Parts: sequence; structure tokens; C-alpha cells
Amino acid sequence: MSVAAVAAEKAPSEHVREFTLANGLDVVVIPDHRAPVVTQMVWYRAGAADEPPGSSGIAHFLEHLMFKGTDKIPTGQFSKIIARNGGEDNAFTNHDVTAYFQRVARDRLPTVMEMEADRMANLRLTPEDVKTERDVILEERRSRVDNDPGSILQEQMMAALYRNHPYGIPIIGWEHEIKALNREDAFAFYHRFYAPENAILIVAGDVEPEEVRDLAEKTFGKIPSHGPHIKRVRPQEPEHDAPVTVTLEDARAGRTTVQRYYIAPSYASAEPGEAEALDLLMRVAAHGAVSRIYKRLVVEQKVAASAGGWYTDSGLDSGRLGFYAIAGASDAAEDLEKAIDGVIAELREKGVTQDELDRARASQVAEFVYNSDSISRTARQYGWRLAAGMSVEDVEEWPDRLKQVTVDDIRAVARKYLVENNSVTGILTPVPEYTSSIGQKPAPRAGNGKS
Amino acid sequence: MTIRSSLSAQMVRLGVSLAALALLAMPAAAKGSGMKIQEVTSPGGIKAWLVESHANPLIAMRFAFRGGASQDEPGKEGLAYFVTAMMDEGAGDLDSTAFQEREQALAMRMDFDAGRDVMLGSLQTLTENKDQVFDLLRLAMGQPRFDEDALERVRAQILAGLKFDENDPETVASLAWDKLAFHNHPYGRPVKGTTQSVSAITTDDLHGYVRRVFARDKLVVSVVGDIDAEELGKALDKIFGDLPAKSELSAVADANPTQGPKREVIVMDVPQSVAQFGLRGVSRHDTDFIPAYVLNYIIGGGGFSSRLMEEVREKRGLAYSVYSNLYPYQHGAVFIGNVATKNEAVGQSLAVIQDELKRLAEHGPSEEELESAKAYLTGAYALRFESSTSIASQLLWIQIEDLGIDYVSRRNELVDAVTMNDVKRVARRMLAPDRLLTTIVGKPVEPAATARQGAPG
Repeated sequence: MSVAAVAAEKAPSEHVREFTLANGLDVVVIPDHRAPVVTQMVWYRAGAADEPPGSSGIAHFLEHLMFKGTDKIPTGQFSKIIARNGGEDNAFTNHDVTAYFQRVARDRLPTVMEMEADRMANLRLTPEDVKTERDVILEERRSRVDNDPGSILQEQMMAALYRNHPYGIPIIGWEHEIKALNREDAFAFYHRFYAPENAILIVAGDVEPEEVRDLAEKTFGKIPSHGPHIKRVRPQEPEHDAPVTVTLEDARAGRTTVQRYYIAPSYASAEPGEAEALDLLMRVAAHGAVSRIYKRLVVEQKVAASAGGWYTDSGLDSGRLGFYAIAGASDAAEDLEKAIDGVIAELREKGVTQDELDRARASQVAEFVYNSDSISRTARQYGWRLAAGMSVEDVEEWPDRLKQVTVDDIRAVARKYLVENNSVTGILTPVPEYTSSIGQKPAPRAGNGKS
Repeated sequence: MTIRSSLSAQMVRLGVSLAALALLAMPAAAKGSGMKIQEVTSPGGIKAWLVESHANPLIAMRFAFRGGASQDEPGKEGLAYFVTAMMDEGAGDLDSTAFQEREQALAMRMDFDAGRDVMLGSLQTLTENKDQVFDLLRLAMGQPRFDEDALERVRAQILAGLKFDENDPETVASLAWDKLAFHNHPYGRPVKGTTQSVSAITTDDLHGYVRRVFARDKLVVSVVGDIDAEELGKALDKIFGDLPAKSELSAVADANPTQGPKREVIVMDVPQSVAQFGLRGVSRHDTDFIPAYVLNYIIGGGGFSSRLMEEVREKRGLAYSVYSNLYPYQHGAVFIGNVATKNEAVGQSLAVIQDELKRLAEHGPSEEELESAKAYLTGAYALRFESSTSIASQLLWIQIEDLGIDYVSRRNELVDAVTMNDVKRVARRMLAPDRLLTTIVGKPVEPAATARQGAPG
């Protein structure tokens, strides 16, 4: 163990080891020797909510550009080299984090770690790379958002829910701002946030902590820290004085859908115990065919074809509770909305039963065990929490904390957070009804059309 | 009960081939005493492949019955899919709510899926609940209730899903393509059915399907996790022992996919057109299958290492996603690709794709492309054996495709044996760019007629 290079070390668990390199890089090793493979992930504590105003989408754009090249890696070769080593790689961006990962055989870990460390500090971009990739991202936006009315509504609902916090701005960016993003914007974001002290390296799989430490010191350890602490300054959300309803009429909507979002704390932003109670509240209220909303709307009242919901719990500053109902052939939006209101009122007034809580808890705790069956899912499970500022202990003690939640805790968070003024309702209706027209067109001459 | 171990001899052989190929990662199966596949036969004669692993307190099971959506009769399209959606809607003494509450209390995961040729089931349980969970699966398989109110609920959900699908460009392109390629063959019909056919399905239809298809002679099972062979044997009899010994499948004719060129445009008011293109493929037991699999990686199966990604996305920025796959259905194989491009550029994207297929048919790939493809496919094989569920899934498909219990240890050798001549031969055979079937959904704007240019860059 080289003490000089290691600033801090703790061993909170017999399974998971964490330490920090001298340059500030946090390292977490999760040994699992069942298969001779490893997952490497690098999580940057930077996401779309850290973008400068007017440059929406730059965090995600940079994520794409990170695959272009460095002095050592020729343009476009990063993923090809990983593939030639029998590996798979990808990345994702959300409001709070940007993460890059590879899955490889254990003996390829030195190669992929060297490559990942290299692009933390030595990204190279040509103007042509940037221009072409911007077109790719505009296509990605069309696929993810513009081609899908459900996604368009969701984007509008998020903008209505977060009136000041940048969570209201789409991760992929607004189209007009994506079009204006350039190489300088990408490098500015890169130089500001891509630093060892702003990242977490997670290696899970068939490795030992000492081995990872040696490799990390030889690669990431050579990158100097940026010095002054990297600040993430985000406008925070004020108290809301009124609910908002967003309606979207779109011929492509399929069936009428009503959604309801509430602002609520995340695991990172909640008072102790509240996020666990919200997790179980939402499992009882909205998870699957035994949930309250499904039973009331679909089984008993028969006002919807389907209904459910979720808890978005991973944000740094805030989380969300969501409910949805999908209309049957003849159901109306007003009836769906009224029925959702009824479920919310019941949860606020009566909370949940002990039997509901016990069942929900059994399945929620089991998720942890099921996730631990997969090396890559385990790495992600830790990554989300650690990137939001939580500790390895927080992750490992989560099942125990769930066991302490009572029906009173759940009613308390239901009353505190299922509050009308904190909500946005979204209504999507298929108007006018759409009929696709099928027609033959002559096969065009093969034209290259390259400009 | 008999237990046949397939391992030790193959381990040695595999060790040699690995040493000879420096780039290769070692599949999980090859790791010393790591993965050992046992063929378990229950006292009642039901077979399963088992990989014991006591590292985590859980068990993953995957099973399949041959005969999937292709068993749906004309007018009852969507029946197999309907059955899968009804499997947790009550069985035996338990109505749907009682069944589903029990599922949740036991923290189990049970899923069914309808493929074209197989009905797929998957189950995960914590070791501590296994007996009750196996019992619930037994009920679901052998005594499904298909109660009227549950049936109407599920019908409404499927109909809502079809309504969304009608407006989803990818789904519309895919259904239109199947129709174009397979016409009235079962493969040409939609797995989820149509509004009309789903509206016509009755309780009797569901019971009839289960009785005909859920039978022991068409069953394959794989299990991974915290259970030993003896205990699994008993569990197999308990879960599947009451099912009929013989299935009553209707014969499915060999499909003869249409040859193009054919291009169908379905107008939909979306900013981005979605296109599906394809050709006749290569079946799983054809000697050219593995070369075709390698070729597909080079065309569009290999992400950023593929030709189509390079030409369409990386060089030209025309699309976010462009990829291809082989679909070796039991009665007819196809090769299918997909691309999504703004309406103004869809003609250009398809022209680039067609050019690449033509180039590959005429010249084959480069030596470097072939070596890279083999290096990836052999090296990454181990990644498929990362978790209990992924191992169970691999072992299930090896059984469905009848590749043999030693396939895991043979598979990389098969890929390594593929030569440039093999790939060129299969490229000439499979890639006939003037025979493409293409469906386009969106508002494609055709490019102005331009002179055909030579190969770019």
C-alpha cells in the first residue's frame, strides 16, 4: 500500500473498498469473482443542470464528443479499440452526472483504464468532428422527443414543474440551443468539470482492490487536480403558489393519457428517512397491478386501461413523484384526472395499510439482492448514490433503513409532498384522430446527395 | 435421476485454443472450475440444464415451449401474446388480485413473452421463498383461470398498446416490413394482433392455446443459482409435471421471404422518418450461419465498429441509430436493418446503406474488419455470462436452437474458424442490394435526382 499517493482510505464493508488518490479521484472497488469480467465506470459530478445558461445540451454533447479522440487515440477509434479487446462501452448523461463505462474481460482492465484516464485530460476535437456530431444529436433529439408526443409532453411538464431550477431544461437540450453549440462550448464544460477530484472511478468484478489501486495510480493518478474547488452553482426552486396543467393535443397520441408530477426530495436531498418512506409509498401507491392506483382506476372504477407511477430518487437537489393513467377506448381525461385525485386524497388521509407496506417492502428489499446478481448493475447502483454525495455505507444499509419505515412515516411523507401546489398535471389527447395513409412511392434513384 | 456433466474434457481443449489467441478474453465457462453445466433429469423425466452457484441467495430459471405466436390461427392473431399477459391474472384458488399480491409478498419475478417460434418464461426467486414460488408457478402454468373481468382488463390494455403502436414509426415500419416479406405466412402477422383479432379472442381461445402449447414434449428449461441437481429435479416435477405429455402444434410451413426490390412509404406526420430494410437471411443450422453472424457484425451489428454506423452516422451525421440484425426464425431467416433520419435526408441515408451492402457483396470486408469482428465476438462472449439471469438466458437459447450442451466451449472456435472466403461467400449470397425490401414511415423528402457518385472517402 503506497501511503504517499493515497490521501484517505476507509474499508466500510467486507465487500466494497473505497479510497481516494492524491489528486482527489475517488475510487470504489467491488470485487465479485463469479465470472472473469469487470465493469469500469467513471462518473463525473457534472450534468445538464450544470450547464451555462443558453447552452442547454452541452453536457450530453460533450459525452458524445468524448468518444472522438486524444493524442494517443485517433479520431473515431475509441469504441473500436474497446471492441477489438472484446469489450462493450457506452455512456450516459443526466441532469447531475455524466458516466462512461466499459465491460471487458478482466485482463483488459489495464487497457481500458489507460484509455479512460487519457480522455479525462487529453481530449482532441476537430471542427469537423463537432459539426457532424451536432447533426447526430439533432437526430437523437428527433428520435427521443420530436417523434414521440409522450416525450414532448414530458419535456413541457418538466419545464412547468421546475420553474427556476435547471431540472426544467431537457438533458438533451432545446433544439435551437443545440444548433448553436460549438467546440469552444464543449471544451469550456470539459475543462471546468472533467478533473480527477470531480470524478468517481468504480471497478466491479473479478479484481482485487490492490490491483485496481496500482492501475489507477499509474493512469488516473498522473492527472493533476484542477486546484480550486469545482463549484456547482444552481438556481434553486422557490415554493410554488399554484399548480399547473399542461395540455397537448396531438394526432399521434394514441390514447388519452393523464400524468401528475409532484416535486419531492431525492435520497440526496431528503431529511433522514424521508426518501425511504417515499420509496415505499410509491411502491404501494403506483407499482404494478397490486398498486393503489391500478386497483382503484383499472380494477374497481374501470375508468382507465392502465395506471401506475414512479419515484425519481437519484437527483442531487430534488426528486419527483409521478402518476399516470391511460384511457380505455371511451374514457375521458377529466375522469382520469378525478380518479387520480381520489387516489392521492386517500393516500394523504389514510396512508397505507400494514399489509401493503409489508408486501412492498419485501419486494423492494429483494431488488437489492437481485441487482447484486449483476456486476454491471451493482456498479451502477453504487455509482448513482455515490455521485449524489452518499457513502458506501448509505448504499449498503439501505435495506435496513427500509425495514425501519412505518405506516406513520409513509402517511407523513404523503401529506407533506402530495401537495397540489407542488404539482403539474399533463394531459395528452389524440386530436384529431389520426389515420395513417399507406401508399406506394416509386423507389427513388440512388442519389448520394452528399453536400 | 441422472446428472450428466459435460465439462472436463472440453476445458482442456478450450485452454489450448485460448493460449493461441492472445487477444481473446476467457469465457466464464472456461474459467477453471467456474461454470459447470449439468444436465438434470427429474424423477418424472423432465430435463433441464443447471449451473449451480451458491454465491448469492437467489435462483434464476428460464424456460420455453416451442410454438409461439406462429401457432395463432388466422383471425386470432395476438392469442399467444394475450396468454402471456394473462399468466399472472389468477390461477387455482387465487383470483388475479390474490395471485399478484402473493407474487409481491414473495418478492418473485415472473415474466412471459411470446416469440414467433417459442413461448418464453422467466422466473427469479430468493432462495428462502423458492418452495412457495415454484408452487405459484405450477399453478400459473397448470391451472390458469382466465377470469372474465381479468380478461377484459388485459384486452383493454392490449388494445391501448396497439393504439400507441399505430402511431409509433418504428413499430409501423416493422409490421409493414413483416407483411411485405412474409405475406400470409404466420410470420407476416403481428405478434400482438390487431384491434379486430384481439377483440375476438375468448376465454376458450386462451385455454385452448395453453392446452395445445404448454406441454412437456416441447419444454426446455435452464436454471442458474442457489439450488442443487436433486432439489431441482423435484422442483421440475412439481412445476411442470402436471402438464400434458404431448403438445398439439399445428404445422408451420416454411416461409419464403419475398425478394425485392420493393419500397413502401407510409405517410406519418413526424419530423424524422424511420426505415426498415432487409433481405433473406441465413438459418441457424446452415453451415454459413456463423460466417453470416460475423458479416452482420461488420455491416451493422457492431455498433461503432460497423460499416453502417461509420458511413451513415460518423462520416455524415445522418442518423443517431443505424444497425442490423439476423433473425434466424425456425421457418425462415431474414436479415433486417433499421435507420432513423430526418425527412429531408432519408433518401440519402438509404442510398449510402445500399452502396455499402453492394460494396460488401462485391468486395467483402477488409482483413482488418474481419479480424476486429472476430476479436470482439470471441472476446465479448464471456460478457454474456455475467449474471445468473444472463447465463440462464444463454443456456435456454442454446437449447431452443439445439446447439448442444458443449456449445459454450465450442462457440469461440467456430467464430475463429471463419475465413475471408467464408465471409465473402456469405456476403455474395445474402447481400443483394437490388433485392432490398424497404418500408419507410414518416414524410420522406426524396433527394433531387443526382448523378450516382462513386464511393465516398
